Amino acid sequence: MSNKLITLENISKSYDNHLVLDEMNLYIRENEFVTLLGPSGCGKTTTLRIIGGFENPDTGRVVFDGKDITKLPAYKRQLNTVFQKYALFTHMNIAENIAFGLKIKNKSKSYIDDKIKYALKLVNLEGYENRMPDSLSGGQQQRIAIARAIVNEPKVLLLDEPLGALDLKLRQDMQYELIRLKNELGITFIYVTHDQEEALTMSDTIVVMNQGYIQQIGTPEMIYNEPENAFVADFIGDSNIIDSIMIRDELVEILGAKFACVDTGFGENVHVDVVIRPEDIELVSPEEGTISGVVTSLIFKGVHYEMDVMANGYEWLVHSTKMFPVGEKVGIKVDPFNIQIMNKPASEDEEAVQIEE
Amino acid sequence: MANVLKRIYIALIFIFLYAPMLVLIVLSFNKSKSRAKWGGFTFQWYTKLLSDSSIMEALVTTLMLAVLSALISTFIGTIAAIAITSLKKGARTLMMGITNIPMLNAEIVTGISLMLLFIFFNVKFGFTTILLAHITFNIPYVILSVMPRIKQLNPSAYEAAMDLGASPFKAFFKVVFPDILPGVFSGLLMAFTMSIDDFIITHFTKGAGVDTLSTKIYSQVRKGIDPKMYALSSLIFVTVLVLLILINILPGSGKKAKEK
Ligand SMILES: Nc1ncnc2c1ncn2[C@@H]1O[C@H](COP(=O)(O)OP(=O)(O)OP(=O)(O)O)[C@@H](O)[C@H]1O
Ligand SMILES: [Mg+2]
Repeated sequence: MSNKLITLENISKSYDNHLVLDEMNLYIRENEFVTLLGPSGCGKTTTLRIIGGFENPDTGRVVFDGKDITKLPAYKRQLNTVFQKYALFTHMNIAENIAFGLKIKNKSKSYIDDKIKYALKLVNLEGYENRMPDSLSGGQQQRIAIARAIVNEPKVLLLDEPLGALDLKLRQDMQYELIRLKNELGITFIYVTHDQEEALTMSDTIVVMNQGYIQQIGTPEMIYNEPENAFVADFIGDSNIIDSIMIRDELVEILGAKFACVDTGFGENVHVDVVIRPEDIELVSPEEGTISGVVTSLIFKGVHYEMDVMANGYEWLVHSTKMFPVGEKVGIKVDPFNIQIMNKPASEDEEAVQIEE
Repeated sequence: MANVLKRIYIALIFIFLYAPMLVLIVLSFNKSKSRAKWGGFTFQWYTKLLSDSSIMEALVTTLMLAVLSALISTFIGTIAAIAITSLKKGARTLMMGITNIPMLNAEIVTGISLMLLFIFFNVKFGFTTILLAHITFNIPYVILSVMPRIKQLNPSAYEAAMDLGASPFKAFFKVVFPDILPGVFSGLLMAFTMSIDDFIITHFTKGAGVDTLSTKIYSQVRKGIDPKMYALSSLIFVTVLVLLILINILPGSGKKAKEK
């Protein structure tokens, strides 16, 4: 429906012979909320800085709205950034901070005043015009940073872990506010985080990255339910990732027991990785289960119980609303739809890249 | 008990530090020319001082030197401080070492080396050579007072300014410079003070015919005791003291300005 606004073509970047981004390809559609998600050091900030114009890629092109902007300096790009560390101008008050970009563009005083009012209203901080940045809380400063960016009416807003320094409650409030802002303003958000829950809550599209490679691109549902490889499965939520053998279509042997599944086309007697989410495991009596084992630990987590079950030499992580005490013999059952089969990485090399630690 | 001892100790330190200055100031108001006798209170040495044209000339030279060398060294030093902070770690440590050496170096060594340098390059001794010398020894002080300010900068602020459309030049003057201004200003004052205060380096780099207040005092005192010189020295002491107090309360004043 909407066209590609930003395209990254074969972007590579290294610092002192250390490859940070390797031939990255990515496009971002107009009006999309895209999240770059990955562990610390995987190259998220670097990607964002290349889009923002603060870093030059070694190879490749950045295309914005059909024009090559790879060489365009940051101050000429039609996008604005909200930095990880707020980066408000400490010697200016809130109104002056918000007006900064507009003054540079020589907007009229009345236009600027209107914009300041509008932006402060948008971020729920009306009446803060004359306060100094360091008299504001972290969450308020971050909202001012957002206000300062959006008054310039950018086509794209880049946000680098904008909620990273806030406590949990404030983070959740801000997440909803950001989604509301995005819907009200109708601009494209490129959002960086290493918090998978945040990514799942807010995004239209998630780009999972690791060590400079894109691991998977997809909607939150796709990323969560159908991770393409063990890294994604492991990084997004808790998972049981088990080395298994695909016996034939729709039948997989996990830890010596045969489970029905729905995947086809992997071939016969092929080594695969199986992903089973802890909430998809059903604990039943030992006779009813496909495999049986013993509960080795039990933690109450509020919404559910978290249990470890030792069965056929593997410690299964299980989330269930039913409680089984430690030492109890239980059976494990999994619905065929909830068994996700993934190809093994083709080579050792690839495995090193894809599986962290 | 310990408290009393502490106070006595501090009092002793102050007496040793300031007694000579106190004697000087007292003598500058002494009617009698003798150093041993109190002949009554007078302002006459101060009035005579003001009517001595060679001293007034030296005063003008001193102030011109102080203002010019402070301005120029502040300009160079600030740029240098910015450049040094953006260096890689090893190079930065090296540069800071090089910057610190002239400050730790005995002044007489600096003075003589500068003199030899000017002779080597055949520079005519005079106002220019003193000015160059003062700029040289002032730069490290400026660097040292600007540097901490730059380190405190939020590195994203500069990028944020460019992100909002400011050219690198504008971003520097609108965002970075106001933040380091208190450091720049105290560097300027420091350089000004150091320049007024200096005798040794000036002595070696001035030619015949040019005098600053300190070299003037030196040559006069050598000729014989003149209480005018007590008055002059007292004035310099008070000026430098006031400047130093200013410098020391200034770094905090940056914060206060923000709150108002
Ligand atoms: N200016 C730089 N000089 C040298 N190395 C750098 C520089 N910037 C980033 N790196 C390296 O590049 C890699 C990727 O960094 P990047 O900041 O993009 O990670 P990130 O995914 O944003 O991580 P985080 O979640 O910790 O912010 C890291 O190994 C980092 O050490
Ligand atoms: Mg980062």
